[in-house]
Amino acid sequence: METAIFLLFAALALGSALMVVTHKSPVYATMSLVVTLFSLAVMFVLLGAPFIGALQVLVYAGAIVVLFLFVLMLLNISKEEHQQEGQTAHRWVALLGAGAFVGLLVPLLYRATQARNAGVLTEEFVSIRAFARDLFTRYLLQFEIVGLLLLVAVVAATVVARKPPAAPTGAPGAASPVSEVEP
Amino acid sequence: MSLPNTVPVSWFLVLAALLFAIGIAGALTRRNGIGIFLSVELMLNAANVALVGYSRLLGERTGQIMVLFVMAVAAAEAAVGLGLFIAVYRQRRTIDVNRLNLMRW
Repeated sequence: METAIFLLFAALALGSALMVVTHKSPVYATMSLVVTLFSLAVMFVLLGAPFIGALQVLVYAGAIVVLFLFVLMLLNISKEEHQQEGQTAHRWVALLGAGAFVGLLVPLLYRATQARNAGVLTEEFVSIRAFARDLFTRYLLQFEIVGLLLLVAVVAATVVARKPPAAPTGAPGAASPVSEVEP
Repeated sequence: MSLPNTVPVSWFLVLAALLFAIGIAGALTRRNGIGIFLSVELMLNAANVALVGYSRLLGERTGQIMVLFVMAVAAAEAAVGLGLFIAVYRQRRTIDVNRLNLMRW
């Protein structure tokens, strides 16, 4: 039963990940990413981490992907531009690199972990209470630092994406000097 | 109480490696800035699967807490990166990375 669920969602994750990478329209690629993230949430639940699975759905699929969609909507790019797409050599080199990566890593990971059996999943391992106790005692400092990082990132994103007060919005390239001399 | 688990952890690790490779291929071939970002998110998620897989294998919860931090850093990265793309788009009217070569040489 669990094996069937794993195989189903692994196929779903890999297929939608391929869609993310290959689809022409960025909006469809982003929606495929949502499917990948949901499938990986199922993987986390199968691995005895239901809290991480819930966070995956809430934070990743719920917040980060929505951020992507907002920016896509704001920038209004419907299709990837095709005039630069003719570099097939570049593409083949990239595929070769990814293939070599798989060829090296998969046997390594498989052989390194095949001999070991995961222990029986205990209730203590799955419980959110124990997770929270670890997070807020052993890893409290790291938790605070990550919170600070998020705050800084939000401020930085606001500052970077803010419209510059003087420059006109429509002009491509440098700001046109015409608007500077208006009375 | 104990829940049965029949799927070997090594399968999850292989899945993570395949997802990471797909992400690498995407980040190298995509020319759209948003597309590159999506591929990076794929790679981060593959790393998360590997972390949780090893956490399960070793019976140690540290990997799961690491995943929490990876998610937070990914959120920060997405916010700052997308803000940068908005700023670049406002100046250049494109986020095609082949045409963003102002600081190339």
